[in-house]
Amino acid sequence: MSRLMIEAEGLHKYFGETKALVGLDLDVQEGTILGVLGPNGAGKTTAVRILTTLTHPTKGKARVAGIDVLKHPDQVRANIGVAGQYAALDEILTGRENLTMIGRLYRLDRATVRQRADDLLEHFELTDAAGRTVKTYSGGMRRRLDLAAALMPQPPVVFLDEPTTGLDPKGRLSMWDLIAGLAKGGTTVLMTTQYLEEADRLADDILVIDHGKGIARGTADELKRQVGGERLEVTISEAPDLDAARRVLEAMGEGPARVNTEDRRVSVAVTSHGAVLTRAIRELDGAGVGVDDIGFRRPTLDEVFLTLTGRPAEEKPAEVAE
Amino acid sequence: MTGIAWWAHDGLEMIRRNLIHIRRTPELLLDVTLSPIMFVLLFSIVFGGAIRVGGAGGQSESYTNFLMAGIFVQTVAFAGMYTGVLLANDLQKGMIDRFRSLPMAQSSVLTGRTLTDVMRAALAVAIMWIVGLAVGFRPEGGLAGNLAGIGIILLFGFALSWVGVAAGAAVRTPEALQGIMFAVVFPLTFVSSAFVPVASMPEWIQPFAENQPMTVVVNAVRDLTLGLNVGTYTQPAILWCVGILLVAFPLGLWLYNRRTTQ
Repeated sequence: MSRLMIEAEGLHKYFGETKALVGLDLDVQEGTILGVLGPNGAGKTTAVRILTTLTHPTKGKARVAGIDVLKHPDQVRANIGVAGQYAALDEILTGRENLTMIGRLYRLDRATVRQRADDLLEHFELTDAAGRTVKTYSGGMRRRLDLAAALMPQPPVVFLDEPTTGLDPKGRLSMWDLIAGLAKGGTTVLMTTQYLEEADRLADDILVIDHGKGIARGTADELKRQVGGERLEVTISEAPDLDAARRVLEAMGEGPARVNTEDRRVSVAVTSHGAVLTRAIRELDGAGVGVDDIGFRRPTLDEVFLTLTGRPAEEKPAEVAE
Repeated sequence: MTGIAWWAHDGLEMIRRNLIHIRRTPELLLDVTLSPIMFVLLFSIVFGGAIRVGGAGGQSESYTNFLMAGIFVQTVAFAGMYTGVLLANDLQKGMIDRFRSLPMAQSSVLTGRTLTDVMRAALAVAIMWIVGLAVGFRPEGGLAGNLAGIGIILLFGFALSWVGVAAGAAVRTPEALQGIMFAVVFPLTFVSSAFVPVASMPEWIQPFAENQPMTVVVNAVRDLTLGLNVGTYTQPAILWCVGILLVAFPLGLWLYNRRTTQ
């Protein structure tokens, strides 16, 4: 029987005139990853700071691992690991010294600290760098060490605030593997991100937030369905054939076709796979239209975000500071 | 373990961190090594011949004897305020957020910081003592008097460390704090009995110079180390230190908590 490891109800947080959160609700089942998705300034970091006891909400309540965040912050802290975009490490200490210090401050005994630090350094591919000061680490290494530090007490709940922001693709992939591994081991994870691909790939459930509150919740598939079903998309060889292709597709799909002149792409909504693909290829061929690529595609989370909020996910509103 | 044992455990962990910082960046010790040596040498050599201190200079009426208490106290005052700079540095980085998310005694970040700075101050006192002896410092107050003097120096340094904590948590940048520090500590040191007898100052400034804490502490340390009218200033000096602590300790904690829970 799974239980809720993170619950928040009606979280409000005001900084003077700025309202960072206006009634955010969320919950995360044990052993799952919730991806909290939203643009800069949506309130993601504020939500994480409240749930990790770093700041008090103006209104609302929250429980982590069944413990009230406001009433027993110390007990909450003993049950969580936190890693984020601003890797909270001591630059002058070595990798191993950072893990040792943090392990000791989680109040683990010396033997346990040594064992876990060794294991985590090994698992996070930092063994060779363990004796070097963090100053000398690359961005990817810092994030891995930051996550390792958060895992020292083997916490049941882990918070990751934009764990891959600013990382190169290689660093991102390696963080993704580590995060996916966490949930497999039964850890509950709340992860904020601006990257739709990241949420799509890692999260069991996605909460889209904007302007301080949740605006949609569901699996990646559910959110995509909310925006509209599958489309049949064709990329044709020669631009002058666009019109012909559109006529063919509109005759077999639902509603008007979307035409992208620049990429020579035409798409139309379809309700069933059935024989649509073969029929489309045959009819396009019959109309003398050369096809470079054809296939079904579902909307991306980018399109989901655009539909839900009316603006692209990566937009950075200047008026709300997080 | 009990609450107090854990508090000590966390504080020691923080001291260990601060000591590693000092080992890796020895330039953090310049303010408690090189500067005091310079002060001892420059003041005793340059001013030694010009300033008459009479009986306040001990049996030999020497300026070096008079000067040492002033240099000790000035050095720990700067070292104490420097606590604020180091804390303001930490506050600008993410490390404090990490500490705040750990199930540790939160105040140990501050106690670890201030206790480390007492160690820095002790190192400075030891270095100055040796340099002072080389240029004619003759502490004739006996073992008990000298130990008591050192005790008051370090207690004053500890109290000012907490003033540093409060200042460090209140300002926005470490640089700002450095400016404020010089604007406050320098006049307090110079308008005191640290370098010249208060009696030699203009009359209008004497009431302030005679009664401000720096003078009281310097006089207490001077009398104890040199074995002069012992006792006159000892109690007032300790009261000043405790009084500063009673205000700065809760104020520092409060400002730090307010700053970090935003």
